[in-house]
Amino acid sequence: MDATVDGMRSGSAEPISKAKGTGRIADPIFVTLLWASGIFVLILLGLIIAELFKGGLPALQHFGLDFIWSSAWNPVTENFGALVMIYGTLFSAIIAVIVALPLSFGIAFFLTEIAPQPLKRPVGVAVQLLAAVPSIIYGMWGFFVVVPLIAAYVQPPLIDLFGDLPVIGALFAGPPLGSGMLTAGLILAVMILPFITAMFVETLESVPPMLKESAYGIGATTYEVYKNVSVPYGKTAMVGAIMLGLGRALGETMAVTFVIGNATRLSASLFAPGATIASTIANEFPEAPIGSLKLTSLLQLGFILFVISFIVLALSRALVRSRLD
Amino acid sequence: MASLAARRATDRAVKAISTGFAVFALFLLGWILWTLLSRGLPALGLNVFTQVTKPPGQGGGLLNAIVGSLIQIGIAMAIGGPIGIFCGTFLAENGKGTKVGAAARFVNDILLSAPSILVGLFIYTLLVVPLGGFSGWAGSIALAILVIPVIVRTTEDMLNLVPVGLREAAFALGAPQWKVVMFITWRAARAGIVTGVLLAIARAAGETAPLLFTSLGNNAMSTDLSKPMASLPIAIYQFAGSPFDDWVSLAWAGALLITVGVLVLNVASRLFLARSH
Repeated sequence: MDATVDGMRSGSAEPISKAKGTGRIADPIFVTLLWASGIFVLILLGLIIAELFKGGLPALQHFGLDFIWSSAWNPVTENFGALVMIYGTLFSAIIAVIVALPLSFGIAFFLTEIAPQPLKRPVGVAVQLLAAVPSIIYGMWGFFVVVPLIAAYVQPPLIDLFGDLPVIGALFAGPPLGSGMLTAGLILAVMILPFITAMFVETLESVPPMLKESAYGIGATTYEVYKNVSVPYGKTAMVGAIMLGLGRALGETMAVTFVIGNATRLSASLFAPGATIASTIANEFPEAPIGSLKLTSLLQLGFILFVISFIVLALSRALVRSRLD
Repeated sequence: MASLAARRATDRAVKAISTGFAVFALFLLGWILWTLLSRGLPALGLNVFTQVTKPPGQGGGLLNAIVGSLIQIGIAMAIGGPIGIFCGTFLAENGKGTKVGAAARFVNDILLSAPSILVGLFIYTLLVVPLGGFSGWAGSIALAILVIPVIVRTTEDMLNLVPVGLREAAFALGAPQWKVVMFITWRAARAGIVTGVLLAIARAAGETAPLLFTSLGNNAMSTDLSKPMASLPIAIYQFAGSPFDDWVSLAWAGALLITVGVLVLNVASRLFLARSH
């Protein structure tokens, strides 16, 4: 009995030990490399946070927490604050989401329910290609093509229509420059549209056919099924998709820098030139020498942008993944 | 409840509006491409590829920017490619179900959508300031950090599509893990991994903000990685904002080049993936 087992063992021992021979040396190295690269990504994020915080610390020490609430940005007197940029970042990103949202709902409806099968893929890919166009190209297109159009055809009628109204008028105050918050928001809307749409489509396609067919069975129209079955089913993930769009819009740099007008003043108007955190960093960096208070203020702005983006993106991810897990 | 006729009318109206939105999205893409073609094509002569940047009014091209971009993208992929593929493999294989794996997946999702300008600032404080100057290396490393999350995400997704049975069959034959991963799982997911790499190249090619603080740009021809290095996006940024007409048209030529390159990479990677499935 023992002998047979031993015999079987020794009979099969050679190929196994050979295999183990290569595995014994190579496997620990390989597995270590896999773990190391996973841990590397963790360390990378930690390093980014630490470096931005460290870089911006002198500004925080100089201005205190007032840095966040101060609307000052004066390179001459070296008085810096983040309020104008935080406001501009949120304002332009929210305009973008408000504009992109109905478009995404419509395009997702088209792609999942209306489009004939042969059209689905090409149209879906074309919408995704809008996400592939580099930020700087949106900037040039915005600056040379969209801004003049808005100055000539969009702003004057809006100013005529709403400019004199008591409260809403403030939104439409100022000369029709073309560049400004609204234009930045519109360009951002085009840029985040593909991200939101893609995640909408992915969510809507995961709705169990049985649910939809039950609704069709009691006589619902395509739109009613979309509105009352598909969208409520994917609600959580779709909110996550919107947050992802918001997160993307918050940090866009080049496109915004071209069209927002780069003015560090606070204004409630959609037409007023403004600045976002990212556009300010890109614009002011060349005039911020190493060791200057301005440079550390820019790094502090970067840290604030990171914190805002992190919160929005983490929230988005939690909402999107909650359904999957 | 509204009458059937009214509900049908609503349905038709929403369908029409939705179709209109989809057409509008296609129109936007067409509009952007038309703008690039109509303004970039006339400026796209042989000089763009054969001459370096010259002062305004003297012609010149984008050779230094094209070469600089290719070098920096090449190094970024050489650094970020292996790290990304290994990390994606870790998430799909060893890290599955572990706390480290979950944390790394979360962090990677954040890095994927985090503002790219912050990666530029990060490399600026980490490398540019301590090493005493802008350099091609700094630009390459900034781009490497931006391509890693793209590659990690696609690699993980694609490896998850490989049937577990395939891995088990290899393990049952006594293959060690490195052989299973390299010769079975990676090979089965090859098309998907290549797609991720192509998409990462496309992303690196268009990134501007992170290069502003790292490789800075250079109006002369330079292949020295320890010196400031030109790149196509930075050249476009610099020229598009200038008051000189010939520089602006050179910027359009560069914009056309980048966009066509990026879109071709995107479409090619999708076709490649579709064909292999």
